[in-house]
Amino acid sequence: MTPELFFQYLFAGITYGIMYAIVAIGFNIIYNTTGIINFAQGEFVMLGGMISISLLQFMPLPLAVVCAVIITMLVGALIEMIFIRWLDNPSVLRLIIITIGLSILMREVALHIWDESIRSLPYFYGNEITTIGIGPVRISPQVLWVIGVCGVVVIGLSLFFKITPLGREMRACSANRTAAILCGINTRNMVTFSFMLSAGIGALAGCVMSPITYTQYDSGTALAIKGFTVAILGGLGNSMGAVAAGLLLGILEAYSVAVVPLAFQDAISIAILLIILFVRPHGLFGSSEAARLTEF
Amino acid sequence: MKGVLKKIVWGTAAVCLLAAPAVQAENIKIGAIFAVTGGASFLGGPEARSAEMVVEEINKAGGINGNTLELIIKDSGANPEKAISFAKQLIEEDKVLAIIGPSTSGETMKLKKIAEQGKTPLISCGAAEVIVNPVAKYVFKTPQKDSFAVKKIYGEMKKLGMTKIAVVAGNTGFGKAGKAQLLKAAPEFGIEVVAAETYDKKATDLTALVAKLMANKDIQAVVNWSIVPAQAIIAKNMRQAGWDVPLFQSHGFGNIKYVEAAGAAAEGIIFPAGRLLIAESLPDSNPQKALLLKYTNDYEGKYKEAASTFGGHGYDAITILATAIGNGGTDRDKLRDAIENIKNLPGTGGVFSFSAEDHNGLDIESFVMLTVKDGKFVAYEGK
Repeated sequence: MTPELFFQYLFAGITYGIMYAIVAIGFNIIYNTTGIINFAQGEFVMLGGMISISLLQFMPLPLAVVCAVIITMLVGALIEMIFIRWLDNPSVLRLIIITIGLSILMREVALHIWDESIRSLPYFYGNEITTIGIGPVRISPQVLWVIGVCGVVVIGLSLFFKITPLGREMRACSANRTAAILCGINTRNMVTFSFMLSAGIGALAGCVMSPITYTQYDSGTALAIKGFTVAILGGLGNSMGAVAAGLLLGILEAYSVAVVPLAFQDAISIAILLIILFVRPHGLFGSSEAARLTEF
Repeated sequence: MKGVLKKIVWGTAAVCLLAAPAVQAENIKIGAIFAVTGGASFLGGPEARSAEMVVEEINKAGGINGNTLELIIKDSGANPEKAISFAKQLIEEDKVLAIIGPSTSGETMKLKKIAEQGKTPLISCGAAEVIVNPVAKYVFKTPQKDSFAVKKIYGEMKKLGMTKIAVVAGNTGFGKAGKAQLLKAAPEFGIEVVAAETYDKKATDLTALVAKLMANKDIQAVVNWSIVPAQAIIAKNMRQAGWDVPLFQSHGFGNIKYVEAAGAAAEGIIFPAGRLLIAESLPDSNPQKALLLKYTNDYEGKYKEAASTFGGHGYDAITILATAIGNGGTDRDKLRDAIENIKNLPGTGGVFSFSAEDHNGLDIESFVMLTVKDGKFVAYEGK
């Protein structure tokens, strides 16, 4: 393999990995406060993209993205309040089935609103063929946008959870719900907040990724599967772990193209997911103790 | 409450009585099975709308020999099982004279036997050559054969002096069939396929694949056989990587929406298609020109969306059927013979001339090579 090709695969891998990671972070937020996996996370990504594309006709791009994120956050809050909030001590299995149902529902609604054609936001900088040369390889400037947004989200989240009172209350809710209630924290509100937060991050991811991947009513599913794999791989609830695991999986996928036919790319990532679930169910970067404390 | 119910019952009865005389008038029932929703809706939607438009027009003009047409459209969602049950329902219960559709080759292959057993003419909008080869007595099709698309592309490559190419395809039925045809026909044209890859139809980025192919300096051109969004993604990733070998696409690229999706990366893509997309630039002597312009104007005026070659396949199916009914009447067997006897009928896909051996009726010249220039389709004129 020539050095040039080596770096080309590397950058392709980073592109994939960062996209998976930003979806995985959305999974982690809801997991952290509720202990459940929200299988409708991919649909938040799709909604963000679709809403911003529709809004673009009426407003400039940055405003459309901001509005799309806010609207998706409201959708997230609404969904939590209608379908999850009133449940009295629901089992994990029940919640998971509810989120799977929600993902199907959102997909069908999107099909009726936006039909089945593919859409995308324009490139934030340049157009479809603009590239930036980094050493011997050339990448689309949009990839840098995705990396930048992912970085800001990861740093912003860790600050939010460490410093702000709201972030601490959400963490308390995840560590021990009963104790959190005893401390006067409204845990139900925390769950709503977590849905809003992850919907917002999903929507933001959907906007920055849209020029690269396109947005279609069912594009959330494939992203959710990869995002879920990465969330497990990095250790559920661990945002930094998600980034590392995302990059690892993306780079592995990119290099796998060099040796095995492309059709096996997805088989490889699913095989990795299975191996991790058997060997290290708490993920590469998660602690086994923390995993034991949760409801799984 | 009871009173209201009574009114509804009587009201319904009255409406039925009023409607009855209309049913008694001579009415020719035609079945249509199209994938109006689901994964192939980009085919089935325009096909169903085009067929509806033609039927409306025929009825407005007084029908065929005074008989009006009744089109019964069923949405299969590209699901072969649904297509089978709809076909049985149309033949056995609705007793239709003939069926147009389905939209995809996979569905059509399942219906071949049913149409034969029911002795009901079927005019498919599926592209695969296997639909009419071997010939089934009652099965016809309107899109150009996929093998013609492959040969047209290879013919163009030969003219350009290309001998080593890469083939990439999505893992759909369309992609797989295209890849098989491409690999089979290559030696005939002295072309060597040095790399052949299949990717997932939901792939969101193909940068790594492009890097792999790009490393092979022998490759003079890439042929991609897939539907959206991958056919736009491969174009973008190739141009982003700075790789400027020609990119050929399948005839499935024939919708201006896909050009918009790929944006600047669509420039210079070469693909085979019917003449519908370049109707305006055809010489006036072309037998298809008037019809193509009329279809495009009517369709775009009525449905407020760009006409595509796919909708044209539905238009051709109903037009062929209507012509045959005019010539052969409403007996299924006579109708079948009348379709076979159609010669030199201009359609959107080409000029149809059917025979007992050829149930497609089109030749390779029904395809022209097109390219994208300034976001529009234009005829490809070589280098």
